[in-house]
Amino acid sequence: MNNPDVQPLTDTLHIPQPEEELPHPMEEFLRTERLPHIWCSTCGIGTVITAFITGLQKSGLEREKVAVVSGIGCSGRAAGYLRLDSFHSTHGRAIPFATGLALGNPELKLVVISGDGDIIAIGGNHFIHAARRNINLSIICINNFNYAMTGGQAGPTTPIEANASTAPYGCYEFPFNLPHLAESSGAVYVARWTSLHIRRLTNSISEALLKPGFSFIEVISPCPTLYARRNRLGTGLDLMRFYHDNAKIKHGTDTRKLDIEYQDEIIVGKFLDKDKPTFLEKRDDFLKSKLGDKFVPYMGPKA
Amino acid sequence: MIEIDEEYCKGCSICIDFCPLEVLEISDKINRKGYYPPVPTYEEKCIGCRFCELLCPEFSIMVINE
Repeated sequence: MNNPDVQPLTDTLHIPQPEEELPHPMEEFLRTERLPHIWCSTCGIGTVITAFITGLQKSGLEREKVAVVSGIGCSGRAAGYLRLDSFHSTHGRAIPFATGLALGNPELKLVVISGDGDIIAIGGNHFIHAARRNINLSIICINNFNYAMTGGQAGPTTPIEANASTAPYGCYEFPFNLPHLAESSGAVYVARWTSLHIRRLTNSISEALLKPGFSFIEVISPCPTLYARRNRLGTGLDLMRFYHDNAKIKHGTDTRKLDIEYQDEIIVGKFLDKDKPTFLEKRDDFLKSKLGDKFVPYMGPKA
Repeated sequence: MIEIDEEYCKGCSICIDFCPLEVLEISDKINRKGYYPPVPTYEEKCIGCRFCELLCPEFSIMVINE
């Protein structure tokens, strides 16, 4: 076998090695082995994930200090695709799970990425109480106006007149105005964007990540398979064109005026950015004033 | 330079529609999932704004600024 006259194959043949591929800029934060993802073609959730990753890179936070929690629904899958500490919790309970993490490890920055059906419908009570306590959470609520994963039922954000599978003649319930709900419950940072306003959304996410306290970002996202199809609005691309033509940026608008009518103007922008002591700061200050030196604050698992 | 991972693409055409300089075009080749991915036909017009990369919901476009 070891004949010296026969040169080994590798020396005689020049085998071209494939050029080393440059990594995609989001690859560092994606579980690429699970891609392509399950979201429909033209769904806006993938774009929101891009905005989140870019915002996280921009904010300069260490990845060990960030954890993502999501609930049930299309956008609940976000936690599974992000290469961060992440948890896919039960329906509506993303905020309580994140609250527990935030209290158990005060160093962590918690991000809840979930849908309107998860955060506002079944998790509505958790949402208002986390906002009231001003717990150190960033909420990214992807609003597609219906319960998309279960078949397009009407939810608490479905606009009046919009068709849904449980509202065949159109929805007649008054929907929630999410920025107003967040502000009146006690949030310190409130913004609304559509999945088309990608750079402004990225800036908002990095601001919210660096903001101590309860920050809330509503992202209007197209649902091509259920909301757009049932209402004959075309594809997700047509909805993106609709956002392009009908979204008006008005920073600092009074959140009471931010109701969304069916296929009408959408006011987007940053509406609130104020400073308020967070739950842990307030607790430590208050107990220190009552107990004096006897009070030893909890500094996290490593302390 | 624009790199497109054709197998991740779901043919939504958002990148083609929203490119400010109309660099991309629908390909005439179909990918394994049955979608028509974009091709950067007019790549010389690209100024590297990365809007297509950020808007792509499938993480399949990458813009490399030389």
